[in-house]
Amino acid sequence: MTVEVTPELFESVPDAHGRFGQFGGKFVAETLMSALADLEALYGSLKSDPAFLSEFDRDLAYYVGRPSPLYEAARLSDEIGGARIFLKREDLNHTGAHKVNNTIGQALLAKYMGKQRVIAETGAGQHGVASATVAARLGLQCHVFMGEEDIRRQSLNVYRMKLLGAEVVPVTSGSRTLKDAMNEAMRDWVTNVDNTFYIIGTVAGPHPYPMLVRDFQSVIGREARAQSLSQAGKLPDALVACVGGGSNAIGLFHPFLQDLGVEMFGVEAGGKGLGTGQHAAPLSAGSPGVLHGNRTYLMQDDDGQILETHSVSAGLDYPGVGPEHAWLKDIGRVKYVSADDEEALAAFHRLTRIEGIMPALETAHALAYAEKLAAEMSPEQHIIVNLSGRGDKDILTVAALEGIEV
Amino acid sequence: MSRLAGLFSKLKEQRRRALISYVVAGDPSPSGTVDLLHRLVAAGADVLEVGVPFSDPMAEGLVIQLGHERALANGMTLRGVLDIVTEFRRDDTETPIVMMGYANPIERFGYEAFAEAGALAGVDGLITVDLPPEEVDRLDEALLQVAIDNIFLISPTTPEQRIKSIVSRARGFIYCVAVKGVTGSGQLDVAEVAERIGVIRSMTELPIAVGFGIKDAESAKRVADVADAVVVGSALIDEMVRKSEAQVDAEEIQIHGAAVQLLERIRAGVDSSHF
Ligand SMILES: Cc1ncc(COP(=O)(O)O)c(C=O)c1O
Repeated sequence: MTVEVTPELFESVPDAHGRFGQFGGKFVAETLMSALADLEALYGSLKSDPAFLSEFDRDLAYYVGRPSPLYEAARLSDEIGGARIFLKREDLNHTGAHKVNNTIGQALLAKYMGKQRVIAETGAGQHGVASATVAARLGLQCHVFMGEEDIRRQSLNVYRMKLLGAEVVPVTSGSRTLKDAMNEAMRDWVTNVDNTFYIIGTVAGPHPYPMLVRDFQSVIGREARAQSLSQAGKLPDALVACVGGGSNAIGLFHPFLQDLGVEMFGVEAGGKGLGTGQHAAPLSAGSPGVLHGNRTYLMQDDDGQILETHSVSAGLDYPGVGPEHAWLKDIGRVKYVSADDEEALAAFHRLTRIEGIMPALETAHALAYAEKLAAEMSPEQHIIVNLSGRGDKDILTVAALEGIEV
Repeated sequence: MSRLAGLFSKLKEQRRRALISYVVAGDPSPSGTVDLLHRLVAAGADVLEVGVPFSDPMAEGLVIQLGHERALANGMTLRGVLDIVTEFRRDDTETPIVMMGYANPIERFGYEAFAEAGALAGVDGLITVDLPPEEVDRLDEALLQVAIDNIFLISPTTPEQRIKSIVSRARGFIYCVAVKGVTGSGQLDVAEVAERIGVIRSMTELPIAVGFGIKDAESAKRVADVADAVVVGSALIDEMVRKSEAQVDAEEIQIHGAAVQLLERIRAGVDSSHF
């Protein structure tokens, strides 16, 4: 694609049709079109409404605990050598990941729309927990759709959601992971569209979701940008974030897109290796197609059937990716790379032992790549890694992989 | 005149309603689908809707979802569905065929390539569940070139202004979704459907088909009282599943027979309607 990358370019997306270049859009059944139009109209009026924005900011400050710190991982940098590594500590948010920034925002929208019931899909369970949390706080009924396979490997989060009063609905169709949970949530939404707000957990789905989730998550990058200027005296040289659907990555990247000197790396799940086909890296090894309401890069076969994915981390185990990332890849503004299961596990242990910070397995993919990147950079340079979540939920997975019974 | 237009004008002269059957190509087996389609026609189907299986059929209820899963496990592909249509056309050049599926397999095939292959095979219409008017322009253009009708859906949540703009570009017939929900679900509210049909009729001459939630002769009759065509899908597939579960050694002919018998009863229901 030959698009001239200027700072203004990034303000032009999405367009009125919800497109980012050829990506994005509203590929849903007719029944949902009016619900999307309502949401678009409401969000269009609220996103510059001072009352709405200050309510959102207040919740982020007093309920989520923002701003999250930008922490310099000096011992990690010493061990790796090269560039200084800073961690944007989204793991310190209430509920332990970046996901809550978005659920706070969408729950406010649900409240403005007068919906009594919210639904969500979840993979790792972090978005499910964050949705159940805001539902509890607002007194809304909450159903969380979760693949049977993920229910097994994220049992702690399943119980957390139940404690919060949500009903976890097991999804037994297809590959029984995140994509199937999203199918099932869409089916529920079509059926209960009158009283239900669908809280999508990442920058995917039909327009306006990729835009509004991006906007809610952009608080990460806005804070990180100001913190970098005050703590390091300059903008970072590079940003690194893991990419499942892409919400924590876009949240960090978006406020820096116009700073063309800041390099960006989105790290997909390499699973057992890109060559094996057992991975979840559509940007690195997939092709454009249509799934879950938008056109984007997908893992698919020659017949256009969506392929099963594999990743050690449930939150990255998704065959698609947010449409804005697809566009950022094609225009060359962000580089998309991958880290495999083993590299992620090694990075999980390293950060835990050296810094006393236990990252989520999703986050560990970003760390694994950041270590490689930092090693090739100079000590005058610094990078920011989005520490998207904490790893407590993954303890049983890590133990099982290492043959340890807890 | 296209097959669909010809059919609907003939039925109008005969003062009859159309019955549209839906099954998934490749379910329960790829080799049996052509035979099943012929038998559905013999049992009273006026139009055949042929489901193109997809790995993520977001608008389908469990019965049709499992049909898609079985068809894919049997190796069915979009190319395979076109081959089935081609084979069907050797013995039946009259019955209109409408393919129904999702965008991604067609994207992958290529819109122009699909339109050409569809026309060559003898496809008359296409319903792509996740291509609403906002997203269908390019495919619609390709289909128009080869005289395949892109069939638009109108749902219980479609506002009047939008209905107006949809019918202005519709061809073949209008597919009116009877309930908010996925295929095979929901309680049919015929009075509500009748009201919506009234609105649509005031805006277009095109025939109006109603689908989602029609399960038996009785519900088919009530819908046929108000609509030009009645679509039945989940109920047929459910009959076949029940048959194969009740009799594990059932031959495919017998499994098909279960759907065929239900369709005959539904035909009788449709023909007993008053309008
Ligand atoms: C901690 C954490 N990081 C990252 C992700 C991946 O999602 P996204 O790419 O939308 O940030 C998840 C998803 O569950 C998560 O829990």
